[in-house]
Amino acid sequence: MKRRDFVGLSGLAAGALFLPSLPGFGHTRVDPARLLEPGADVAQKKRLADAALNAAKSAGANYADVRIGRYLNQYVFTREKQVQNIVSTESYGVGIRVLVAGCWGFASTSVVTTDSIAATAQLAVAIAKANRLVQKEPVQLAPQAGYGEVSWKTPIQQNAFEVPIKQKVDLLLEANARALDAGASYIGTSLFQVNEQKYFASTDGSYIDQDVHRIWPTFSVTAIDKASGKFRSREALSSPMGLGYEYLTPSTSEQVPGPTGTDLVGYKLRYDLLADAALAGKQAKQKLTTKSVTPGKYDLVLDPGHLGLTIHESVGHPLELDRVLGYEANYAGTSFATLDWKAKGLPYGSKQVNIVADKLQPGSVGAVGYDDEGVKTGRWDLIKEGKLVNYEKIRDQAHIVGQKASDGCCYADSWSSVQFQRMPNVSLQPGAAKLSVDDMIKGVDKGIYIAGAGSFSIDQQRFNFQFGGQMFYAIEKGKITGPLEDVAYQSNTQEFWGACHSVCDQSDYRLFGTFFDGKGQPAQISAVSHGSATTRFNGVNVINTARKIG
Amino acid sequence: MLSKDDAQTILKKVLSFSTADECEATLNGSTGGNVRSARNSISTAGAAENVSLSVQARFGKRSGLATCNEFDDASLRRCVQRAEEIARLAPESPEYVPLLGPQTYLASPGSFAARTAAITPDYRAEQIGASMALCEQKKLSSAGFFNDSAGFVAKRNSKGLEAYQQRSSVDFSITVRTADGTGSGYAIANYTDLAKFDAARLTRVAADKAASSVNAKAIEPGKYTVILEPAAAVDLLNNMMNAMDARNADEGRSFLSKKGGGNKKGEKVFDERVTIFSDPTNPDVPDLTFAGDGRPQQKVTWVEKGVVKNLYTSRFWAQKSGVPDIPPPGGWIMAGGTQSTADLIKSTAKGILVTRLYYIRAVDPQTLLYTGLTRDGTFYIENGQIKFPVKNFRFNESPVIMLNNLEALGKPVRLGGNLVPPLKIRDFTFTSLSDAV
Repeated sequence: MKRRDFVGLSGLAAGALFLPSLPGFGHTRVDPARLLEPGADVAQKKRLADAALNAAKSAGANYADVRIGRYLNQYVFTREKQVQNIVSTESYGVGIRVLVAGCWGFASTSVVTTDSIAATAQLAVAIAKANRLVQKEPVQLAPQAGYGEVSWKTPIQQNAFEVPIKQKVDLLLEANARALDAGASYIGTSLFQVNEQKYFASTDGSYIDQDVHRIWPTFSVTAIDKASGKFRSREALSSPMGLGYEYLTPSTSEQVPGPTGTDLVGYKLRYDLLADAALAGKQAKQKLTTKSVTPGKYDLVLDPGHLGLTIHESVGHPLELDRVLGYEANYAGTSFATLDWKAKGLPYGSKQVNIVADKLQPGSVGAVGYDDEGVKTGRWDLIKEGKLVNYEKIRDQAHIVGQKASDGCCYADSWSSVQFQRMPNVSLQPGAAKLSVDDMIKGVDKGIYIAGAGSFSIDQQRFNFQFGGQMFYAIEKGKITGPLEDVAYQSNTQEFWGACHSVCDQSDYRLFGTFFDGKGQPAQISAVSHGSATTRFNGVNVINTARKIG
Repeated sequence: MLSKDDAQTILKKVLSFSTADECEATLNGSTGGNVRSARNSISTAGAAENVSLSVQARFGKRSGLATCNEFDDASLRRCVQRAEEIARLAPESPEYVPLLGPQTYLASPGSFAARTAAITPDYRAEQIGASMALCEQKKLSSAGFFNDSAGFVAKRNSKGLEAYQQRSSVDFSITVRTADGTGSGYAIANYTDLAKFDAARLTRVAADKAASSVNAKAIEPGKYTVILEPAAAVDLLNNMMNAMDARNADEGRSFLSKKGGGNKKGEKVFDERVTIFSDPTNPDVPDLTFAGDGRPQQKVTWVEKGVVKNLYTSRFWAQKSGVPDIPPPGGWIMAGGTQSTADLIKSTAKGILVTRLYYIRAVDPQTLLYTGLTRDGTFYIENGQIKFPVKNFRFNESPVIMLNNLEALGKPVRLGGNLVPPLKIRDFTFTSLSDAV
């Protein structure tokens, strides 16, 4: 319960995805100006990295890698007319991973000196040796040629840390004012900004310097009817992005109008915080008197800002090879999509379903040039015309599926965390034929259009799931006829993707994302995006979530 | 691990460097390690040690926070200066409350055990090794996690507040699956003192559940009498306790908000057998006797015989609304009976035994409706006996409704720093079936 007050501040207690935790919690608090100061230069980092690699080899490691990480975060929290908190943090340290006779060891230190780094490398080797005595399956690492000295940077237009805090606070408070004017009782607004400055080196001969940027403006609006005691919320329709502050400069060319009969707007690579806050204020108030859904089977038309979360849970996770193999059995769970299941060639979905993994997708939060074990990233097919063709892998898993190289899916959320397999950006490809959302809705006789991500839950093997949303609209005889409330749909992964009827074209394609994908013990978070265009699924079971207490 | 004297010496020095109107300094230290296994083999292991200082400086209603993890005079001075610079730049807080003065805290010496602080990488490897070997012998596949931590919190401020306490914890969880993946079992435990830890006993519980949950039958979803083992009950109850904030209730956005305004303090909201309190000195769940902001943690009754007795609050909200100033508890204790889970099964004509609930997420904060799934051992009970394993279910249920449909409470056990009884509940709502094992 101890983090509650902090998380509650952001208004994300219900909306924070995946883990009730924030990146950088416990990091060193710094003056905002510190976020613009340069860290150690590349030559210095190379010297420190070599100290780690040499110490590890001398202590008996067959392989070693070292990550020198400087993680900078800034969060701005406001509610109604006041600033709640402005937090700038820095976390700097070194994580060293070693392989000794097929057994991993890991240790980390925040004391960044050659002596401390050497001692940490020796501790990592000692841990590997202690565990080797009870190790059953020796690690087999896919070969990886060194890249020498290389670098990569998120292509951003404006570093968010360069923007004065006052400008950010003014924007958030203006968003609050617009929501309150439009009918909101309360609003909490947050702006998360992340910069990971990561240096990776390994005994393979790679020295990789990366500068990764992410941003996420978000809010939660609540409307209250005191007399009836009823309250309803509407969350922002923004997405975490691998962009700089330019994401907060509205641009009509990066907006997609929602279907006729809604006031909604979909956002691509630019977001209009003020417009969305005003709309959310109005919609939260409307929700207090909106009709409750009649449960039953409906054709669902799902907006990309909603469908991304369903893709995440029902495709992204089951295709993580560590889950498939049982490495997450005690925490995140396993997967129905086992190697045996794949071999049977059963359909994952309908022919409309083409899903790719892409670690370089522009604007995505998962975009990096190299992963956290020094593998160059890329793009590959996961599902082609409804058939599972591949998984998400790292170096010590590639051999299990007969692959010679890793897919580059390795990530650690801090220098102090051990890197392991994490989900790449996983996206549904848009339909090849021209199809707008309005045209898609014209073909639906009895359906529900859903926008925005809401409640989400799926079983540990990724069969049975239930999703809510932010905004729901009834579709009757090809037209949106009005809003609905208390909607959640329940389905099964293969049944759901098998019911995929059609996908809108590229012009509707947008990214959903999260900063808080949780996995591993101790738990780590990871940022990941999921793209899609609006998609129709036929005959899905919808339940009514309204209940009565006291 | 800094002693009380060493920690307070550093904190006194920090305060002496401050030029702010008010200053508060907190030292947090911990050392520990972990080992993780899957497929009866170790997957990852690590160690961590950290001591950090946090300094809060205030000028009038402006406040700034800075942290550091080096403790020479120059570093301490820099940290204080940084907090002061941040404070000068900060906007005035409309929710400003002065720092607390000297406080009296309860003693809870059981919150720290030297044995836990002395755990080595070899010990962790031995324990997880023994657990894996047991599963290997039974041709079962295990995935486990052992994590230990020992540390202290020390606090001091310019108004005379002084606090220090040590704490430790050991956490172990294990999922055991049959080789063909048709059966799965789970066990979890958490202790302050390593002396109570027994990896083999917990592994046997999980292994037995895995072996007995194969060939699960599908039965229709619907409303059933359920026995929630403590591991199944804890998260829903914890979510409910997390929602007992006075401000949210007063603002009209909580399950404890009242029609027309105000909150439900003093109202009977649950079955009269429901009593929930917190007590940081309880020997089974000893906890810190002060909150993060220095307020004393005392014995607090949250729910008594079904009536809401107290809500927790921030200091600002307590002063503004003139209600008792009670911090959120570290852990909670739900009063139960003397019956074991086995006893509860014996008295059940028809029902379902639930080992664990998974992926629990809020559906509607208005009614505290949650959804999630059963996992790792779900069994059909008839005439006081477990008859056969059943396929997992998705549920949509509110802990508020659940605690009004109470049939019986068993003997509480420690989980996640709380004391949780097994619960027998009628009309628990399962809404669909899951094929997951």
